[in-house]
Order: sequence, then C-alpha cells, then structure tokens
Amino acid sequence: MSDAAAQPMLEVRDLQVRVGGQIVLKGVSLAVRAGEVHAIMGPNGSGKSTLAYVLAGKPGYEIVSGSVSFEGRDLLALAPEERARAGLFLGFQYPVEIPGVNNAYLLKTALNAARRERRLPELDAFEFLALVRSKTQLMHIDESFLGRGVNEGFSGGEKKRNEILQMLVLEPKLSLLDETDSGLDIDALKVVANGVNSLRSPERCIVLVTHYQRLLDHVVPDFVHVLARGRIVRSGDRTLALELEKRGYDWITEQAAA
Amino acid sequence: MSTPELDALVSRSYRHGFVTDIDADTVPPGLDESVVRLISRKKKEPQFLLDWRLRALSHWRTLREPHWAHLRYAPIDYNAISYYSAPRQSGDGPKSLADVDPKLLATYDRLGVPLHERARLAGVAVDAVFDSVSVATTFKDKLAAAGVIFCPFSEAVQRHPELLEQYLGTVVPYTDNFYATLNSAVFTDGSFVYVPPGVRCPMELSTYFRINAANTGQFERTLIIADAGSYVSYLEGCTAPMRDENQLHAAVVELVALDDARIKYSTVQNWYPGDEQGRGGIYNFVTKRGECRGRNSHISWTQVETGSAITWKYPSCILRGENSIGEFYSVATTNNYQQADTGTKMIHIGANTRSTIVSKGISAGHGQNAYRGLVKILPSATGARNFTQCDSLLMGKHCGAHTFPYLEVRNPSAIVEHEASTSRISEDQLFYCLQRGVGAEDAVNMIVSGFCRSVFKELPMEFAVEAQALLAVSLEGAVG
Repeated sequence: MSDAAAQPMLEVRDLQVRVGGQIVLKGVSLAVRAGEVHAIMGPNGSGKSTLAYVLAGKPGYEIVSGSVSFEGRDLLALAPEERARAGLFLGFQYPVEIPGVNNAYLLKTALNAARRERRLPELDAFEFLALVRSKTQLMHIDESFLGRGVNEGFSGGEKKRNEILQMLVLEPKLSLLDETDSGLDIDALKVVANGVNSLRSPERCIVLVTHYQRLLDHVVPDFVHVLARGRIVRSGDRTLALELEKRGYDWITEQAAA
Repeated sequence: MSTPELDALVSRSYRHGFVTDIDADTVPPGLDESVVRLISRKKKEPQFLLDWRLRALSHWRTLREPHWAHLRYAPIDYNAISYYSAPRQSGDGPKSLADVDPKLLATYDRLGVPLHERARLAGVAVDAVFDSVSVATTFKDKLAAAGVIFCPFSEAVQRHPELLEQYLGTVVPYTDNFYATLNSAVFTDGSFVYVPPGVRCPMELSTYFRINAANTGQFERTLIIADAGSYVSYLEGCTAPMRDENQLHAAVVELVALDDARIKYSTVQNWYPGDEQGRGGIYNFVTKRGECRGRNSHISWTQVETGSAITWKYPSCILRGENSIGEFYSVATTNNYQQADTGTKMIHIGANTRSTIVSKGISAGHGQNAYRGLVKILPSATGARNFTQCDSLLMGKHCGAHTFPYLEVRNPSAIVEHEASTSRISEDQLFYCLQRGVGAEDAVNMIVSGFCRSVFKELPMEFAVEAQALLAVSLEGAVG
C-alpha cells in the first residue's frame, strides 16, 4: 500500500456527541481508507444513525469532544452543504417528501453545486438527462420518477432506490448509507446492492450502517464494526457479521459491559 | 440554524422603491362633489358617467368602512388623500411614445417594463398607468387589426361610450361595497379591453400600475369584455415607491365573458410592503369580479400577491351561464408585518357550473395570512361542482395562517370538496436539501416554489419566471 493510500479518507477520533442532554456517542474512533467498504452494525439505539447524522452535519447534535477529518480537512468545521459538495453523501433511512419540488430539478441543482466546487463545467439539461437516464436503468427506476415531486407519494422501496440513484449521479467520495436495506424486499435489495457495488472504486469509500447482515451478502464489506451503547466494541472482517447473524448482539454487548 | 443568523437573514429588499421626480398636476386632498366633478371634467366624460359617479359618492357617504377582515391597521383619513394626480403635460397629451415625457419612459425602463415596442417582449402589449393616468399603450395598431380594443379607460370613455354604458357596473355595481363605491366615485384611469366575437386575442395584454406621487390614492378601474367565442389573457403588475406613510389603492376590476368566451386574468402584485418594522406600505383594498354570463364561458383568476402592507381582495366569479367554469389560483405571501386577507367567491347560478379554488398562503416574520372564501350554490345550479384546496406554509414562530371557508349549498345535487393543510418548512426537508449540496436560501426557495407549483403553472410563461423570482426576493432570508 502506498503512503497516500495509507492516509485514511475519513478519520473519526474519540468522538463524543450529546443529544438532548444525553451522551449518545461515547468516544468513537474509526478510520476509513479510499477503496474500502465498512459496515457499522449494532442493536437499535446504539448510536449508528447518530454517527451518520453527525458526519453529515445535521443540526441538533452537540460535539462534546473529538475530531473528524475528511481528506485532511476538519469536517466538523464545514456546513452541511459544504460537506456534501466536498463529496460526502448520506443515504437517509427515512427520505423526506418535498411536495412540488421536481426530483430531477433537485438532483440537477445538487450535481451542479458539486461540479462548481470541483471546478467542472455545469451540465445543461440535455447532458444531465443523458447522465441520469443511464443510472435510472441501473436502478430499475421508471423515468417518470424524475418528473415527480421529491419522494412525493413514493413507496418505501422507491424512496430507497431514489436515494441510491442520487448517489450514483453525484458520485460522492464518501457514501454513508443509513439502513438503506430496511423495508426492501429481496429483489429491491439486489437492485440497491448492485447500485452500491457499481460505485465501489479505489477512489471512494462506503460506510454502511445496518442492523442486519443481509445487505452484506450482496455488498461485501472489508471491515465490520459493532457499535453498542455509543462505543465501537468490536471490529473485524465480514465473518464478524455472520457471527452476529447467528448469535445476535447480546453476547457482544455483555462482553463489552463486563 | 441559530437565531442571530436567522434574524440577520430576515431582511428584505424592495427593488422598485424609487421616486420619479416629475412635475405633477395634483388636486388638494379631500373628497366632496367638486372633486368628483373635477375628475370627470378632466377626463371630458359624458353626462351619464358623471351622474353615475355622483350617485356612487352619495351612496358612499351612507357606508361605513368594513372591519370583518382579519386585519389591523390605523384608521384611514379619507380627507387626507388626494384623489387625482397626473404628470403635467402640454396640450392634449401624448399622441405617441415620441411625445411621452422621457422621465416616464425611463421610469418604466427601470421597472423592467420598457415601453418601446422593439424592446418589449414580442408577445405582450402593455398599458402603463402612472398615478391617475395612462401614459402609454403599446401594440395598439396590431391589436386593432385583430379587432381587439385595448386602451386606457379614459380613452374608452371618449371612443367607446356605448360599450361602457352597456357594461360598466354590471358586475360590480357602484353600491357593491365601501371601497368599490369609493372607486366608482373617484376612479381615474385603468385599462379597457374588448375582444370581438370569435377572436382569439393575438398577444398577452398587460397593464403596469405605478403609484408615484405622495399622499395620493390610486383608484383605477379595469373592464374586460370577451364577446362570444373569444379568448383573452391579461396580466397586471403593480409597484410603488418606498415611503413611511401608508397609501391607499382601491381598484375595481370587472370581467364579462359571453357564450363560449374565456378570460384568463393574472396578477403579480408587488406594491411596496412597508419596512421591517411595518412602517409604510400600500393599503390594497381591491374588488375584482368576473361574470361568466354566457354558456360554456370560462374565467380564471391567478394571483401572486407578494407586496402591500395590507391586502384585502377576493377575485370572484359569478357563474351564471350553463356549464360555465370559474377558477381561482392564488399565492399570497406575508413577511415582516404584512397582512393579507384574501380569497374568492364562487357563486354558482347556472346548471353544471364548475369551480376550482387553489390557495397557497405563505407567512414569514410577523406576517398574518388569511384565506377567506365563499362557495355558494344556488337552487338553480343543478349539478354544480366545486373543489377547494387551501394550504398554508409557516416560516418562523411569529407569523400566522388562518382559513375562513364559507359554504352555502342550496341544491342537493351539488358536489363540494374542501381540502386544507397547514405546514412548516420542516428541518428535515431543509437538511435533506443541504445534504445534497444545495445552499440554505436556494433550498428554501426550492421548497416554497414547490409548495406554489400548482399556482405558478397557471401563469403565462413569460411571467411565471418573474413571479418565482419575486417570491424569492419577498421571502429573502425568511428561513424558519
């Protein structure tokens, strides 16, 4: 591994976060290098979604201590939109509906904001449409989706596929996918996994936040971490996920508490 | 987003607030018979019109200012207002654009409404009304070739008195309400449109109203007649200088659609709204009503109301003809201390008449926004249908949204539907957009435009873009 590759793209150091008076993350450290896929697993309420939101800059989370760097920049000093333009993407667990706002319009605005940041020329409507069409096919999304309001009247599975579509168009360096597998039937799960795998490359990294290991059958992670009660209590390779599938989370959280 | 950041962002800039320094012929403040006679004389009106004005004035003296609307404002002193102000001109007034005072032309250039035909949007004819008079009307010849009459109201008085006598006051009688009655007595100028049978008006018609003089009121009157089988699309825009005093604008608009005729009337109202403390701004008390007099006639009102300190207006439809259709699409925004009480009345008289009401109210700052609407189905209106949707969007903690729907159904075959919602721009919607790399201001504009989309799509294309831009300005920084 070269020196440059050895430098993590995302480095979380001893992160403590308070929400509504409660310490939810109690010193989380995590290093993700370019090209890697990490899975963060854990029981409900362990702080998985909090970690994803804090990295994306959602308001309402107080950083008590610790630091996060992204490509050497202080991520926590950036506004949410700056983080996005720098190449951080969050696939939401519950994508919100924005009635009347055209799905394609939001996506084109987002893409061009990112392209401006990267000093690339903005895409016009035709170039954009050509790009999106290739991705909608991959995601088995009907083109009529583009003309509808953002997530307006979408089913749960459609919302998740739409999230991955956005990710494919924006080509982020760091993708945080929060419970993207929840609420998907097996066919939709495969489509989503295909989409995620198509973005795997030596220049990007992906962090999957998930409760179950079934997504990991299709998107095979390089590392698996178990987050419990606000701490990463164990890290390993994909066999850890399989072990969790068999034995549940209790044994590991008990070990951590002991 | 923190509160100080929000407060800093909640500032608005009004881009049409300048004053044109021009020599004006302004009558002293006050209202009595002599003022009404003076206005009528200046306009060289026929006797019937003077008599009508005088009847309106004496009726007005029996009326009291109405206070049922959800509005609060200091009393208006009707004797402190000057009822006529016009840029001074030599002789009989301008014969063509070449005779118009260059200062006036420059004013309209600055407002983005150039009056030189080569500079204009090719498909739009404009009547420019400055205080109490019309200063120019473009594309008259081209319209005349199609048989369409589009001219200042004062000119119609001279050249088409028979049409005026036949239609004036037949939709909004001079006894209608306090402000309409006042207007009937002292109205000065406005636009007149007549589209002959079977003619589809070849271009968009538009009137741009500008209040300039201080301590005056603007009382314009517009009359649009679409004869059998004709079609016309008309748009009005309005602006005024920034002043600390309130100014009164009390207009009347009457529309008449005969058999199979269609009138599409759009308004982009951007009168000066007052400053952040609620000082100044236009009091906008307007009566707009259309009558679908003929079978299968169709009238649509589309309004985007972003200006004025106070808005009191209810563009309405009287659906007299069988199978006639009335529509009302409205976006009303109130920011800072603006107040709006607006909506519509749909009066179903004919059989199988249909009406649609879509109202979008947006409140920010300390703004108060009320929707007030009446759907009345008379016993004769067998098979009538109405659909009403009114949605309110709140931004911040100090604003208010109110909905007052009135329903009177006197025919059992009628079908009436009403949907209403009130929502806030949610933190989640905002964060979703931010996470996709869209800045906060752009995100709010996007969400608000999405909220208004079903109304904006009713505007003529040339103006939809302008309306959207205007909305963005009027809500500048109102992230809540």
